[in-house]
Parts: sequence; structure tokens; C-alpha cells
Amino acid sequence: MSVSAVRIRDLRKGFGAVEAVAGVDLDIGDGEFFSMLGPSGSGKTTVLRLIAGFERPTAGTVELAGRDVTSLPPFERDVNTVFQDYALFPHLDVLRNVEYGLKVRRVPRAERRARAREALRGVRLEGMEARRPAELSGGQRQRVALARALVNEPRVLLLDEPLGALDLRLREEMQAELKAIQRRAGITFVFVTHDQEEALTLSDRVAVMDRGRIEQVGTPAQLYERPATAFVAGFVGTSNRVGDVRVRPEKLQVDGLDGVGTERGPGQGDRHALGTVADLVYAGALTRVHVDLESGERVVALRQNLAASDDMPHRPGDRVRVRWHSAHEFRVADAGRGDAAEAAPAS
Amino acid sequence: MDDDQGLTAVAAARPAPGPRRRAAAVLHRRPRLRLTLLLSAPLAWLVPGYLGALAAIFLTAFWTTDTFTGEVVHQYTLANFQTLWDEPVYRTIALRSVGVAAAVTLIDMAIGLPMAFAMAKVVRPRRRPYLVVAVLAPLWAPYLVKAYAWRVMLAHGGLADEVLGPFGLSGPGYGLTATVLVLAYLWLPYMILPVYTGLERLPDSLLDASGDLGARPLRTLRAVVLPMVFPSLVAGSVFTFSLSLGDYITVKIVGGRTQLLGNVVYDNVGAANNLPFAAAVATIPVVVMLAYLAAARRTGALREL
Repeated sequence: MSVSAVRIRDLRKGFGAVEAVAGVDLDIGDGEFFSMLGPSGSGKTTVLRLIAGFERPTAGTVELAGRDVTSLPPFERDVNTVFQDYALFPHLDVLRNVEYGLKVRRVPRAERRARAREALRGVRLEGMEARRPAELSGGQRQRVALARALVNEPRVLLLDEPLGALDLRLREEMQAELKAIQRRAGITFVFVTHDQEEALTLSDRVAVMDRGRIEQVGTPAQLYERPATAFVAGFVGTSNRVGDVRVRPEKLQVDGLDGVGTERGPGQGDRHALGTVADLVYAGALTRVHVDLESGERVVALRQNLAASDDMPHRPGDRVRVRWHSAHEFRVADAGRGDAAEAAPAS
Repeated sequence: MDDDQGLTAVAAARPAPGPRRRAAAVLHRRPRLRLTLLLSAPLAWLVPGYLGALAAIFLTAFWTTDTFTGEVVHQYTLANFQTLWDEPVYRTIALRSVGVAAAVTLIDMAIGLPMAFAMAKVVRPRRRPYLVVAVLAPLWAPYLVKAYAWRVMLAHGGLADEVLGPFGLSGPGYGLTATVLVLAYLWLPYMILPVYTGLERLPDSLLDASGDLGARPLRTLRAVVLPMVFPSLVAGSVFTFSLSLGDYITVKIVGGRTQLLGNVVYDNVGAANNLPFAAAVATIPVVVMLAYLAAARRTGALREL
């Protein structure tokens, strides 16, 4: 087996009485797009800063490509960071920002100019070389920050919520661009985000963090379909609790008792529960059907709006049968622990 | 309750506007009136009391005194400026004063920058206010007391001699060096505070980013910190430079026989009773400062004040 790009063992970091990182183990493969997902305060950014070397751990080790870098300062680590606030040098123009790392490493002027221009072309910013960061839009600054880090050809690129400050459209555009750049450059990406959709769509693997610990590491599909803990089940997508199992909202089928609204015929392995429609929430592509089950539990089912919205077969107060396939059920290890997003409407 | 009744009830519940409310409404509608009211008191002070005094000095510089009676003669003449230009001693004094101001400024920069950096970037945020207070504390002691404290320390056989004695050295005694030392001490807070403010506004992520891109701390200082705090350094230097240029007390107390522009003015107002000549001498620091400010303005530093 090849050496991990990043290997972390029992990493801990305390700030006063608060333990921001409380024992983390991670192995991130070479060329992997790896995300750390969690709510604010979960310790994901601190782990990133420990990998970069901005913080010294209270305990534990950080290895990069098999080399223990735990006690090395940032300028001796072969990683580069894209900061949440971009951290562009305001007194330098775009070209000088991008060539900063090369200049520090004494790359000859002609070569570093050429490489900086090439990096700017890679993020579609040719012609912007002479601008100051203040004269750029948020998306452009983001791309300068990316070029400034990538031009050094680091083994690992660390990205701290890099898309957090962008509006939705730009965000989606940049997500696609990031993924393309990562594939092209073949660099290991360690990507910190609190946006579960972003983590799922971009990553090869995701580590879900909560309260300084890793809850689960897996591929997006593993996390979504087989969440290991109640926290993961609630933070990555939403889930319904039915008895002692959980089911994702889009896996629930709502049938009228007279058969109205059935999208999929009954089959083997189906489970049922009876209930009353409590509310319908129209959300464009989908409608959320809130159903109060006879057991007293409330579940949310997603129904695709294949027809016009006023064709919705159910009305609040209707008696319905909620149906799902047993293969879509999952259990979590710590079922007793309340999961944050369970009762909230699906997002 | 139907809609009409509801509306009536709301209208009745609202009291008629009182005189204060009406005045506020008038002011809200008339921004120029608001500005006039805000500025009238400061302007009443600033124009006669401040600019008026400056104009009076400048005007006086063109008068002269009757050598016999000592009375000021209100007659336009360039004689005072002629004397300043022709007498080499005044040129020497002017240059010496500028040199003292420059030396004080450089010393304060050298001490103030690391101090401000420690306060803004190294010390924990919660402890910063205490350090700011510590820097400001000397400003609460009277100027004269501080200057005389230095006079005692620098006296022959005083603290300075005693501390330096074991190293085979002695204190500077009274003179030019002592003047520079004491002025640098007196004006240090005026350098630290603007630089501290400038550094506090410098995001930590810029320092992280520089290290992340491979720069060692000294490189980060040179390539990121210094260019970013340069305007603050210039802002601080405007204080240290102008305060040093105008000072006449410190040099009297620890300067020995040193002559600077400040005490030349003082001696001409007092002993020599030549107010017009004192005024002419006083225009020198004003002109030097105007040139300095013009240069500082080009660095964008005045926006930091």
C-alpha cells in the first residue's frame, strides 16, 4: 500500500479549557479529494490549521507523505492553503500575489513570472495581472487565492471553506471548477466545509466531525445510505425515525388509502405505517409531505413534482399509508442520542 | 371589529407630536441646517482662536522692534527673515532641530514597532487593553515631572552613570544626546498607538498566508508587515517629528547649552523681548512640518490619523 498523503494519529488541540480537537485519526490518500464536514465549532478548521502548521497540537502527530511534520513551522511543510477570507496581500497586485511563494523560494524572475501567468490562465484570470485584490470581485479573489496556492505545486492543498463567501450561482460554478482543477493537477485536496451538499458532490471521501471528533469517514454514498451515528444521519441529509429504524425522506412513498397517488406498485419487502397528512410544503422541484403516524411519530416524505403543484393528490387531514422498502432502512449505533436535524423539515 | 374601526383606533392611540419631535423632524428634513448647527461651535473656536493665532504669528514676523524702546514697530519688513538666512548660526540651529526630530522619530520607530507588534499579534487579545493602558500611563504624568526625572537620572553621578559604571561607561550627561533620549521617551506612546492600531487591523490570515507560502518570519516582516503598517509608521512619525521640532522645555532641562529652534523662540520672546524675530523663527518649524505633511500625504498615511 502506498504512503498516505496525510496521516494523522490521535491529534488533540486544546484552547484553554476547550478541547477543539479531541483525538482525531485520519489517513488521506494521494490524489484524493477529501472533505471535512461538520457544524461550526466541530473542530474541522482546527484540524486543517494543524495540518498547515499554523497551530501546534497539544498531542498527536501529523505526517505528510510519510514524514513527521508535527513540530515543523508552516514554511517548512509541503502544503498550501486557500483561506476562508482569501488572505490576499492587499498591497501587491494579482501577479505579485501569485508569484509570492515562488519568489520566497528564489525561483528566477523569468520562470516565476511565466509560472504565475500560467497559473492565472488556469483559473481564467488572464489580463488581471496588474489589478489589486480590492479591485476584484469575490469570485475573482477566490480564484487568485487558488492560483497563488496551486502555483507552488504543493503535495496537498488545504481549503478552508473557500466558497463560503460566494453567492449560490458562483458557488456552484466554482465547485465544478475546483473539481476539474483537482483532477487535472492530481493534487490531494483537503476541503473544509459545513455544507453537506458541497461535501457530497465534490468529494471522494468525507469525514463528518462533531465536537472535536470524527463521527464517520466514508464515501458520500456510504455516509448517506449507511450513516453510522445519529449525528451523521441528521447532519448529512435528514432522516425519519420509524420505530427503531430510520428511513430517508425520499425513500418514503405516500399512498392514499384508496390507492390514490401511488407512484410505485407494492412489492416484496415493503413496510407500511398508517397516518394523517399534517402539512404540505411546496419547494419547487419537490413537495414535502409531513405525515403524523399512528405511532405518534412525525415523518417527512419527499414527493417529486412531476405534474403541476395543484395535482397533489393529498390534502392535510387525509388518511394515508406510508410505505418504504426494508432495504432502505438503516440503524445507527447510538440510536438513543438525539439527532439535531431529525425533527426539522428536510433541507 | 371591522377595518375602519381598526384604523381609527390606531390613529387615536398615537399622540400629537411634541415640540422636540417636531424639531427633530425639521432637522431630519434639512441636512444642511443639521450640519450648520453641528459645526457652528467648533468653527467659532477654530477660526479666531486657532487659525487667527497662526495668522497673527505670521503677520508679526514681518514687523520689527524699536531697538531703543523695545516697542513693536508695525511696519512691513523682511529684515527678520533676512537675519535668519544670513546668520549661519540660525541655519545650524534649524538643521540641528530637524536632525533631533529625525533621530527621535527613528528611535521611536525602532522601539515602537516591535512593541506594537507584540501588543497586536503576540499577546492574547484579552490582555491587550492592559498593555494599551501601560503605554498610555506615562502621558498621565506631568511633562515637567518626567523631564526633571530624567534630569536627575542623567546628572553627574546619577542613575545613568551608576548603571553604566560597571561596564566602564558613563551616562551621556546634559546635551544633545540627552535631549534626543528624553524626547524619544516622551513621544514614544504617540508612535506606538497608531502602529498598534494599524497592526491590529492587519488580518492574522495574511501572516499565516505568508508563512504558508514558504516565507520565514523575517521575510514576512519585510514583505507583508512593513508595507502594510508603513502608513501607520508615517502617522506616528508626524507626531514624534512635530512634537520634537517644537519642543523648548526638554532642551532647557537636559540640553545643557544646546540650542534648538524652540528655545531660540523662547529666548527671543522672553529675555530678548523681540517678538517679531521669535515669530519669524517660529515659522521655520511650521514650514518644515508643512513639507513633511505634504510628503506624508503622498504615502496615504494621513488617512490613518
